[in-house]
Amino acid sequence: MNVTQATRLVAEREIRVKLRDRTFLFGTLFFLLIAAAGTILPPLLSGGPESVAVTQEAAGPLRDAGLDVRVVPDDRAAEQAVRDGDTDAAVVAGPTVLAMDEAPDDVVRALSSAPPVRLLDPDAVDPVVAFLVPFVFAFVFFITSQTFGVQIAQSVTEEKQTRIVEILVAAVPVRALLAGKVVAGALLALGQIALIAVVAVIGMRIGDSGGLLTLLAPAIGWFVPFFLLGFVLLAAMWAAAGALVNRQEDIAGVSTPVQLAVMLPFFAVIFLNDNAEAMRVLSYLPFSSPTAMPLRLFTGDAAGWEPFVSLAVLLAAAGAFLVGGARIYEGSLLRTNGRTSLRTAWRERETIG
Amino acid sequence: MTSTLRLDGVDRSFGDRQVLRNVSFEVAAGRMTGFVGANGAGKTTSMRIILGVLAPDAGEVSWGGRKLTRQDRRRFGYMPEERGLYPKMTAREQVTYLGRLHGLDAAAARHSTDALLERVGLGERGDDLLETLSLGNQQRAQIAAALVHDPEVLVLDEPFSGLDPLAVDTVVAVLRERASAGAPVLFSSHQLDVVERLCDDLVIIADGVIRAAGSRRQLRDTYTVPRYELIVATDAGWVRDEPGVTLVELDGARVVFDLPAGADEQSVLHAALARGPVRAFRPVSPSLTEIFREVTQ
Repeated sequence: MNVTQATRLVAEREIRVKLRDRTFLFGTLFFLLIAAAGTILPPLLSGGPESVAVTQEAAGPLRDAGLDVRVVPDDRAAEQAVRDGDTDAAVVAGPTVLAMDEAPDDVVRALSSAPPVRLLDPDAVDPVVAFLVPFVFAFVFFITSQTFGVQIAQSVTEEKQTRIVEILVAAVPVRALLAGKVVAGALLALGQIALIAVVAVIGMRIGDSGGLLTLLAPAIGWFVPFFLLGFVLLAAMWAAAGALVNRQEDIAGVSTPVQLAVMLPFFAVIFLNDNAEAMRVLSYLPFSSPTAMPLRLFTGDAAGWEPFVSLAVLLAAAGAFLVGGARIYEGSLLRTNGRTSLRTAWRERETIG
Repeated sequence: MTSTLRLDGVDRSFGDRQVLRNVSFEVAAGRMTGFVGANGAGKTTSMRIILGVLAPDAGEVSWGGRKLTRQDRRRFGYMPEERGLYPKMTAREQVTYLGRLHGLDAAAARHSTDALLERVGLGERGDDLLETLSLGNQQRAQIAAALVHDPEVLVLDEPFSGLDPLAVDTVVAVLRERASAGAPVLFSSHQLDVVERLCDDLVIIADGVIRAAGSRRQLRDTYTVPRYELIVATDAGWVRDEPGVTLVELDGARVVFDLPAGADEQSVLHAALARGPVRAFRPVSPSLTEIFREVTQ
């Protein structure tokens, strides 16, 4: 049996155990509910067409505009309907539009004649969407790499804590153990995201906001490779952190640098997403590029060659961290007396025969 | 003798502390070799080095005359001193998994697991999560885990600790089976009476140095002064005045005594017969505990 086969067996076990884990299942279910609720509910809540109270003679153009028209005997009754909350708006003599605290755009539009509009940059993004999308990308990467990263660390520590690691390293190369865990984590993470994405897409169809989907598609296409490499980068760090300690309780103590490597880029992307210069830098830094680059592609700020360069940088970084993480993992995996220092793990690697 | 496992001049230190010094011994094919020593003497470190879990600073481990490789070690069965399997998996699942990691295909791993769990008495509890099993049953699962891939060499660190007497018998039977199939079996224990009952060969280690190694009989012959037990019809007190005799124990008509090496025990027997009837006269073999004490002091 070679390293690949061993890796596969290790990954299979990790996935099988995870798929039976209640916390994981409920967590996934929770995210699915949020995705469904987030896409289906807003269009439903925003309700149907605006309702308007008007006298019979002025009702024509409002009906033509598809508004919910309630015919009232006179202007006084129309005003009363708005005050009572029976309708969103009323149209009285003038014509004057009445509403409580917000101008009813659709009613106004039905009564006015707009000049023709020619868009010069028709792809520009709706400001609300432009605000939400960076948040969603950063959030998905943050939550997923955090959750699955911690799980990789826990799984490493569990094997150390139960000492089964001695049997494992006597049977398969240490590299295969590490690779199996990273592969399993990446597959589970991607699987979970894919499931959430499917639910979100269905939700958008139901909620009739499919237009956003076509806008998002290219950014999502790039998000996948960036996500995968970024995940591997962090997973290597998590595995190394898990190998340094002997007890699950101690993982939090050693994983602070990893947590920061996840959290700082998250906040940077959230807060700096309208600063083009900062985003350009972030989209090349390995820890933030998984969210920053797809984002710049979404907003159309990145040139066609840019994602390739950024992806190459990320690939190199992931490779380097994987090698370094593997070295620390090997150097500390069999040290079962208390916490291993990073320096010891790095220098005095046990050359396993 | 081609599959003898051999350690040759193995040294190992942890920091400044040298835990193994020039350790050399053999585990012969088809024989049960007991590995005894006080806590911290170097048993576990030696076994970890055999399994490649630790690297030696110097020296090497060979099997059948060739230096051990990782591929060879996959055919070893290992039971580490500190036990542990995955708490959230069933015994059956993880024994199967370990079988596959050691190179069995899925069907063979399943088949072997089922047979072994039955054999160690876990057949009915095999589908319970490991963490719900009693310690004794977890130990049985651990033994199944070491044997699932039908190993050609067995290295077991304290395989009997934590087992009830019934389980000890089961495990002993399984190990004997493997030994008679031709596998070298090395097991450590601090329960010298168990080792005495089981082993064909013995390796005694103290402070990282091998103090004695060889077959049980050989060791007995080497490490004992001639000792005899004599039972006569009347009081045996006169024996203490025989030439060369050192009295070990005197209890009325029964006496245990040592003679200097090369002395003629028959002269004592003749003296006894001259005084009256002799009920028993026999050489007394020292117990393993006594040999161990003598060798490690």
